[in-house]
Amino acid sequence: MIFSLAIYAAPYSSQASDSAYRFALALLENGHSLYRVFFYHDAVHTASSLATPPQDEIHFTQNWQALAQKHNVDLVVCIAAALKRGLLNQQEATRYEKPAANLADGFDISGLGQLVDAAVMSDRLISFGS
Amino acid sequence: MSSIPSKKLLFISRHAPYGSSLAKDALDAILAASAYDQQLSLLFMDDGVFQLLANQTANDIGQKSFAAILPVLTLYEINSIYVHYESLVQRQITINELVLDSVQIIDSAAISSLLAQQDQLLSF
Amino acid sequence: MSTLHTINKSPFSHATLASCLEVCGNKDGLLLLEDGVFGALNSSPCAKELSTLINSGVKVYVLSNDVNARGLQEKLRNDVLTTDYNGFVQLSIEYNCVQSWY
Repeated sequence: MIFSLAIYAAPYSSQASDSAYRFALALLENGHSLYRVFFYHDAVHTASSLATPPQDEIHFTQNWQALAQKHNVDLVVCIAAALKRGLLNQQEATRYEKPAANLADGFDISGLGQLVDAAVMSDRLISFGS
Repeated sequence: MSSIPSKKLLFISRHAPYGSSLAKDALDAILAASAYDQQLSLLFMDDGVFQLLANQTANDIGQKSFAAILPVLTLYEINSIYVHYESLVQRQITINELVLDSVQIIDSAAISSLLAQQDQLLSF
Repeated sequence: MSTLHTINKSPFSHATLASCLEVCGNKDGLLLLEDGVFGALNSSPCAKELSTLINSGVKVYVLSNDVNARGLQEKLRNDVLTTDYNGFVQLSIEYNCVQSWY
């Protein structure tokens, strides 16, 4: 089956990010495919290239990057939610004349249409929030 | 030429307005979805029914009033709007207090059936 | 068609599980995960309603990762089923849709 995930909560502040990641791993291990992971609401913080958790804690940004690279998964961050929370790729940073860009590699920034597309193109859409 | 399927997508909005942005996020999502030629429905339940109260002025908390935004749903041709009866009763909200007048008030059993008819549930 | 309901909040502090139980159909399934696993304790405020649901044929699952993390292994009601993430994936396929209550 084709799965997509929608995540609505920030990493570390709740378990949602971790639960979503473990579900993603399990579905891939069971031979299913993961079409897209859509980060909305506070989950956009998962895509920060500046995240620096302690060495003995999970690095969510890196985990998602590795999973996306290995399994060719589309990681999309909602542009409206991202901009207002200070997650910008280079294009947006230039557009809005911000001192830096901080969207981690492997994450794309796009509109809510990508969430709808995920719902339409997947057999199952699972949401993780807090 | 591949055809894009038309699916039944139900957006479920369970959070009160203003205290968290989830209520607004749900609305933005369904408005975005209206561009995709899908069969859309919206369900308000639990604290989500508070979004529908008519006399909201949110200027003094720096937000846009839901009473002003919700009527836009009709402009976007989102007409399958459901409200959970028991959630209204629990909060002592009557139908004439709602800002939208073409909603379908449905009970818990009907919600059960509504969920079972969908292809995807978008949970907010 | 049937729905898998996932609940991640404790019934001792949130009305989430109670709300779910009101609209859960008798062909649906329930998965308690994260803080939702507290809903599987005999002391849960929704214990009676959960019994009614289970007796009507609804299967209620708890995610073992979260049960073990919270030290609840010996405290769960005996009519809930324990599963893991592989099981969660299977359940999401077995039921037609997933409604996440958070």
